[in-house]
Amino acid sequence: MNAAVVNRWFGRSWLAAGFVFLYLPIVALVLYSFNDSPIPNVWRGFTLKWYAALPNDSEMLGGLWLSLKIAFMTACGSVVLGTLAAFTLVKYKRFKGRTLFSGMVNAPLVMPEVVVGLSLLLMLVSVQRATQEAFGWGFPERGMMTIWLGHMLLGMAYATVVIQARLHDLNPQLEESAMDLGARPHQVFYLITLPMIAQSMLSAWLLTFTLSLDDVVLSAFLNGPGATTMPLVIFSRARLGLNPSVNAVATIIVVIVAIGVLVASYLIARAERQRTLEMAAANRA
Amino acid sequence: MLARLRTVLTGRVAVIGVPYLWLLLFFLLPFLIVARISVSDMENVSFKDLISFKDGVLLVSLKFSGYQFIASDSLYISAYLRSVQYAAATTLLCLFIGYPFAYFMARARHSAQPALLMLVMLPFWTSFLLRVYAWKGLLSEGGWVETAIVGLGLDRLLYAVELIEAPGRLMHTPFSLVLGMTYTYLPFMILPLYATLAKMDLRLLEAASDLGATAWVAFWKITVPLSKAGIIAGSMLVFIPCVGEFVIPELLGGPRTLMIGRVMWDEFFSNNDWPMASSVAVVMVLLIIVPLAIFNKYQAEAQEVRK
Repeated sequence: MNAAVVNRWFGRSWLAAGFVFLYLPIVALVLYSFNDSPIPNVWRGFTLKWYAALPNDSEMLGGLWLSLKIAFMTACGSVVLGTLAAFTLVKYKRFKGRTLFSGMVNAPLVMPEVVVGLSLLLMLVSVQRATQEAFGWGFPERGMMTIWLGHMLLGMAYATVVIQARLHDLNPQLEESAMDLGARPHQVFYLITLPMIAQSMLSAWLLTFTLSLDDVVLSAFLNGPGATTMPLVIFSRARLGLNPSVNAVATIIVVIVAIGVLVASYLIARAERQRTLEMAAANRA
Repeated sequence: MLARLRTVLTGRVAVIGVPYLWLLLFFLLPFLIVARISVSDMENVSFKDLISFKDGVLLVSLKFSGYQFIASDSLYISAYLRSVQYAAATTLLCLFIGYPFAYFMARARHSAQPALLMLVMLPFWTSFLLRVYAWKGLLSEGGWVETAIVGLGLDRLLYAVELIEAPGRLMHTPFSLVLGMTYTYLPFMILPLYATLAKMDLRLLEAASDLGATAWVAFWKITVPLSKAGIIAGSMLVFIPCVGEFVIPELLGGPRTLMIGRVMWDEFFSNNDWPMASSVAVVMVLLIIVPLAIFNKYQAEAQEVRK
């Protein structure tokens, strides 16, 4: 065998082993959700009983519903703030405090989540104490809204990165020609810029949605009585040991995410193809 | 004309102002509050000002007792050291697995690359918490990976290098912790490495081989130096979050793997000691500032190159 063949097979096996490493836990998670044994890791035949038990698991269902609400609001808020921040960073090269701004935008990405959670909580508590003294009732109460706030802080940073990358690659001449043809700034934004960054906004929305749906640390700091999100329920059960109900929930999530990502990437690929065709047609004309 | 100028101005102010104000209010201000609480008394937490006027004299009461305590108590120091140590081990392991992975990915057939990239990113979309939980099953008794490792006798090797406490017991050890962190952060290593390796000009390798370099020499003298930006970016993206990691040590770590995130958590939730928790948090941020600065420098350079 010559060196090139060895090299190729070594490469293929390394890739294969890497993918096994990445996907093994997911496969195990799904498989053991069908295990008919209360003792995890001991296979005793196929069952659906853990799924059948889920509708009666009010703690998990309540957590799921709350998490979905928070994730939806987080994704929407993050995309709005992230679009504004990305726009600021790309279009306005000089204004007072730009360095501080760009530093703050990226900081939540690398700050340890426990630090972000702690600092937000301490601020909220001090505001609450101040309002308690001033008006006799403390505001804000910890709960869904405060978790939302924390998730948006993180989500905005991710959304900014995604949308900023797209804005960077845009051809500024398109916007300039629209301006020259008499479009007002908001018209330029809605008619030219927005359609061109819509795809990245959708990716940012999906990304922040899944991030919010997955967050443990920020939610643990910012939750209040009765506001237990699904990851907190899963985390507290997983801490105690293996739990088949967690496997069942995990399988459902994996299936939904897989379908979502496949559909989204299919739609994006189709839109991309459509655009190339239109561009080609326009060029020919 | 004037009206148009006005709309541009107000539009601009709103576009910059909204996210700016948001970040000042909910990111910078909370952090300043933490920094302040870290130098205050427990009683002072109810926001009697640290700065007060008494008989017309400005008094600033700063207590550095929290920091003194951190510096003198071996619990904190060893937790910081352990966090850095486990984060560094995870980074090296990710580099060892991720570099060849990214390399072969970048050299795979062009038509196959988008699919490979998608496969690397897909786990990232499914819940991180659940994937970490899955390792609990794989590594505890009777789990697939546990069976394989014990079956091959590798647990004795792990025991010999003191990564596990006893042969056959893999969970709640430094081994399970580092494995879990490597698993979680591997895509963060692969993606930047792939980005730099895919961009590389392959003619350089041909030139090297024409000049008589073996493939191995060409790899070390050309490919590795050219992917330096990717190596640094990937390493920082793994190292920085690992230092402050909380969820993975909670699920996969054990009594021997107390990391700094957990220490801060306990100060706050169990001991209710806000100043202490804040001091630990401030030191934690100081700990990641240096790697962060390195990361930012290379990121800026990479952007310069792109332009």
